[in-house]
Amino acid sequence: MVRAVRDVSLSVGRGERFGVVGESGSGKSTLLRLICGLDRPTSGEVLVEGRSIGDQPARRLVWLRQRLQLVFQDPMSSLDPRMRVHDIIAEPLVSQGIGGDHAARVGELLGRVGLDPEAARRYPHQFSGGQRQRISVARALAPDPDILVMDEPVSALDVSVRAQVLNLVDEIVDGLDLTLVFVSHDLSVVRHVCDRVAVMSSGEVVETGETERLFAEPGHDYTRSLVAAIPDLRAALAGRSAEDLARGVGPAS
Amino acid sequence: MSGAGDRTVLAVEGLDVGTGHTPLLRDVTFSIARGERVGLIGESGSGKSLTALAVMGLLGEGLHARGDVRLSGRTPATRNLLEVGEREMARLRGDAVTMVFQEPMTALNPTMRVGAQVTEVMRIHGTRDTAGARARAVELLDQVGLPDPAHLARSYPHELSGGQRQRVVLAIALANDPALLICDEPTTALDVTVQATVLDLVVRGVQERDAAMLFITHDLAVVATVCERVLVMYGGRIVEAGPVGEVFADPRHRYTQGLIGASDLAGERGRRQRAALPTIQGTVPPAGRFPDGCVFRSRCAHATDECATLPGWTPRREGDGPGQGSAPGEVGRAAGYACFHPAGGAA
Ligand SMILES: Nc1ncnc2c1ncn2[C@@H]1O[C@H](COP(=O)(O)OP(=O)(O)O)[C@@H](O)[C@H]1O
Ligand code: SF4
Ligand SMILES: [Mg+2]
Repeated sequence: MVRAVRDVSLSVGRGERFGVVGESGSGKSTLLRLICGLDRPTSGEVLVEGRSIGDQPARRLVWLRQRLQLVFQDPMSSLDPRMRVHDIIAEPLVSQGIGGDHAARVGELLGRVGLDPEAARRYPHQFSGGQRQRISVARALAPDPDILVMDEPVSALDVSVRAQVLNLVDEIVDGLDLTLVFVSHDLSVVRHVCDRVAVMSSGEVVETGETERLFAEPGHDYTRSLVAAIPDLRAALAGRSAEDLARGVGPAS
Repeated sequence: MSGAGDRTVLAVEGLDVGTGHTPLLRDVTFSIARGERVGLIGESGSGKSLTALAVMGLLGEGLHARGDVRLSGRTPATRNLLEVGEREMARLRGDAVTMVFQEPMTALNPTMRVGAQVTEVMRIHGTRDTAGARARAVELLDQVGLPDPAHLARSYPHELSGGQRQRVVLAIALANDPALLICDEPTTALDVTVQATVLDLVVRGVQERDAAMLFITHDLAVVATVCERVLVMYGGRIVEAGPVGEVFADPRHRYTQGLIGASDLAGERGRRQRAALPTIQGTVPPAGRFPDGCVFRSRCAHATDECATLPGWTPRREGDGPGQGSAPGEVGRAAGYACFHPAGGAA
């Protein structure tokens, strides 16, 4: 049997900003799919607000969709190119049978993510990458969830746009009292966003801890090499070379 | 050409690239000396890759280049590479000038064993005979840190990991001891631990050969780690250039300042106190939609009416007039910026 993730135990508190970091193949995406009820664990349990999501068929998970929403890395492939922005953002309201004035709600959400209400009439391809990510965030916020799960939401963005989107994440998580699960391969981004972080490697969580503690005193060898490998502007200007980065990683990776 | 010292390997002057109606690169001027590692940074759509492709003579159909691009170092300086024919360019590519792209599979032949691909580049350029090239290929694969290179040489690209493939590409790029290595986002698709190793190998590879390097990336921390000098590009123009330590510690152009602010996730004292990150407003416009005058003025918080005219090049240090740089590699616009209302400069 192939185990994509193994013996993972985690808990995320209400209102927490929780990061999951790891390199490709570490099991981050599998863990994320389990958390969101998109896949079932072979054994073990996922509880959201005390309710198990593992033992219910997908159609019974409407309550989960209302409480937990997802934002993906690539807004181009997660936004239907043939749908207008209004319909994209209103889609969770429609599929969950949430009534009310959808047009007003969409307008409000667009404002919340920093887009013009006029955007509702346009199509995804008429927006830049950063704006499309704002549209994805607006859609995720539509059913008024408690938990936002983001999968590499800024990995495809340039630094200036990344900063804009990270600021938006800050604003909405604080402003709406959300619980955030933020999955990324980029430890610097996770450090900026999250209070606590789990480090994954080969399907296991090798270390969990408060973000700053984990940076200052990584407890696991893998975390140590991950932290040591991150290029850093200030450290580089102070003389840290590529050789130093590689030495921190150790032989053969 | 301006006073290129003996050590100049690449001299680019007044390079313009465009389609029939849309200018994509404007007046790109820089040079790189032997043994010098120069970074080229900017957001996507700034023109970094086009700069590399123009130097390599790989601009696609429909793109026109004007200006002067010369390569020296190993042989006497070439003629203007924008004017030599494809046959002469093909002789230089893979030999005197080589390139590593972001995606290693674009450079590898999927149906050929990797050892044979390293061997081939030496045979094509006649730098070694067959037996010599085979032995050298294994040495090169060893130098880029591949385990059991004699065995690995018999693998096909698909049998290797992304990081291993990029090492093979690097071995091919270094095989003929190029005078100039161009890397375009070579580690962007790699995991951070693999990136660290590959960056180390790239730097070692060029240092051992005293080769010049142009290193393209959107990651400022990577440039600061790998390069000595940096060129900042926006809207198809080089808007600032200078030693990495000076440009990053004391940026003068408002675009450079904005880029550094937006990338600085760690903040002044390690962790940021959850203050909003500084951002640059808006996004990079599509080609042909950059404003006249200063290309950055549609996003710049410091723009004035004056910025509607093209800002000239101001040397970072007085006396370093255009074309008067004295240190190695300091030809023309080695250290300066093009901005009417520059930041910093206090120190
Ligand atoms: N063959 C081409 N024809 C027309 N426009 C092009 C072509 N190649 C690149 N461009 C445009 O030139 C600009 C600069 O591109 P590029 O050099 O790839 O930027 P970077 O590498 O900095 O991301 C972009 O707007 C791009 O769309
Ligand atoms: S020239 Fe003007 S618009 Fe351009 S960067 Fe300087 S201040 Fe901003
Ligand atoms: Mg590019």
